[in-house]
Amino acid sequence: MSNRSLSSVVKLSILSVVLAFTSNVYADPVKAAFVYIGPTGDHGWTFAHDQGAKYVKEMMGDDVIITTVESVEENSDSERVITSLARKNDIIFTTSFGYMNPTVKVAARYPNVKFEHATGYMRPTDNISTYSARFYEGRHVIGKIAGRMTKNNVIGYIASFPIPEVIRGINSAYLAAKSVNPDIEMKIVWVYSWYDPGKEADAANALIAQGADILMQHTDSTAPMTVAEEKGVYAFGQASNMREWGKNAQLTGIIDDWGPYYLERVQAVKDGTWTSTDVFHGVDSGMVKFAPMNKSMPKDIRNEASRAIIDLSMGKIHPFTGPINKQDGSPWLAEGETPPNYPDLLTMDFYVEGIEAKYPN
Amino acid sequence: MNESLFINIIIGISIASVPLMFAAIGELLVERSGVLNLGVEGMMIVGALLGFVVMSHTQNPYLAVLAAMAGGMAIASIFAFLTQFLLTNQVATGLALTLFGLGFAAFAGRGYTEETIQLITAVPIPYLSDIPYLGPLLFSFNPLVYLAFFMVYLVWWFLFRTKQGLILRAIGDNHDAAHAIGHNVVRYRVMAILFGGAMAGIGGAFLSLVQVPIWGEGMTAGRGWIALGLVVFASWQPFRIIFGAILFGGITILQIHAQGLNINVSAQYLSMLPYLATIVILVSLRMRLKNKTNRTVPNCLGRIFHSTT
Repeated sequence: MSNRSLSSVVKLSILSVVLAFTSNVYADPVKAAFVYIGPTGDHGWTFAHDQGAKYVKEMMGDDVIITTVESVEENSDSERVITSLARKNDIIFTTSFGYMNPTVKVAARYPNVKFEHATGYMRPTDNISTYSARFYEGRHVIGKIAGRMTKNNVIGYIASFPIPEVIRGINSAYLAAKSVNPDIEMKIVWVYSWYDPGKEADAANALIAQGADILMQHTDSTAPMTVAEEKGVYAFGQASNMREWGKNAQLTGIIDDWGPYYLERVQAVKDGTWTSTDVFHGVDSGMVKFAPMNKSMPKDIRNEASRAIIDLSMGKIHPFTGPINKQDGSPWLAEGETPPNYPDLLTMDFYVEGIEAKYPN
Repeated sequence: MNESLFINIIIGISIASVPLMFAAIGELLVERSGVLNLGVEGMMIVGALLGFVVMSHTQNPYLAVLAAMAGGMAIASIFAFLTQFLLTNQVATGLALTLFGLGFAAFAGRGYTEETIQLITAVPIPYLSDIPYLGPLLFSFNPLVYLAFFMVYLVWWFLFRTKQGLILRAIGDNHDAAHAIGHNVVRYRVMAILFGGAMAGIGGAFLSLVQVPIWGEGMTAGRGWIALGLVVFASWQPFRIIFGAILFGGITILQIHAQGLNINVSAQYLSMLPYLATIVILVSLRMRLKNKTNRTVPNCLGRIFHSTT
């Protein structure tokens, strides 16, 4: 929306003025920049990345100068923001899937700047890394909990945009829920926004009215959690601990912990050891964590969830283990088979068999 | 479809439409006076913030709603001062107001993203809400929903049933003539702009006080722009605002429900509909303008009034 674009233009111009003054003063510190899709106060995706940026600052102190730009739309606006940052920074983290093409384009023009693109898969030049977390492992755990805790056998899923990251989450949560509760039905609503508290709440209300007694969200605001709390149903925190908004509603939450990775990458730039990599960490490395489980959950369900977390961290189980068919019935994974990162996981564009909702086009 | 789901859809539509209705009816009066204020989004977000802040400190819904109105008016008064006294360009000033409002609210609201409040809940009207079918459909809404409908009526009554309303419309159509026969153009316009600010403020606060008990930067998410489109859609007729707001809000809610029920509709096409309708209406207005039969667009809309006497 144009208001967002304009506001980032304003932010950007303020930023360039600030940078013009600071860049001459400090010659040595690494200059790291972060581009965010939403406001840092969303208490979801952007909040988690910003916590990571703050962690880097905390650990490196005067050795790093951090610049952040919030609420950058995934259109030509983002290319302008990234370009402007590329002129003044050593390393730039672009933290949304939709920044893929702009990141690739700008990286080609600025070979001396390092780029780190979150949740994408394109690295055409050797100054781009891609990194992502296996949030689908987190979805596996909450899927199991949801399958056990639902009384109506209906899970409501508030989704943002049909990109591989979101599709993986839906499929993983569905398979896990189905594995413990064969009668499960998953209702999926796409709101086509990452952050619109009003619309997310509309979707949560609609899903509850249609019988869902457990909500999952892949949008960034705390609105669905507040609706769940008000209506007396369960939900899961997204990207950060949302217990504050759902003291009774939040069963657990998937927490994104980017800090250690960001520190490692910024330090690598400082040490001159940075190379283009593709990182896809999960529960094992601590990139995916969980909020404390709600005490109201029966003990055996809590134990089952904890066991799943341990098994995931030790690599004993994979959320996508065959046999799994695609929604249309065509085979995807054979008995015991697990998918490779690329292309299967990173470009996933289909629902698995059993999900009734129509795949969005 | 069962009865409770149907009622839930109706309530959902009311909640999605009311912020638009408030903001649009305020802007309608402003535009009727010949002023184009593109700052609706900025006034809404400040209203959302102030309503939330006052609610979180006082737990008093009346004070919260008043604070939201005051917030919208405060931002609107900047616009009024700039455009009516310093005669700045209305389009540029309005855009600046939106940017300022969004930035100011984000900055001032930093400390409130962690808080939650008690929502203003629906108050079923005693006895009436017990009537089967009609009760839940007509008499079980949030008080602010009734207020929105009442404000539409009030604006219509003011514009078409009072002398001041006639003067305001005259000013919107020809400010030089209105001025020449002794009406105070600037005073009327300033009042209209402040009213528009108050309405946008409540519209924004509806989001943070009724819909979700949180404050989030940019939580109006473009609703101010939709409200501006709605005024055009309504071709500056107050009651059409109700129809338009329900259509705009209804499409949002219906497509969400359709997805959950696996009804095969394209969310993207449905979301486009209100805007397509607005374009069609704009075009048809333009045609009517060509045929000199236009009686709706305020002729002085967006033009600067400079009194020479």
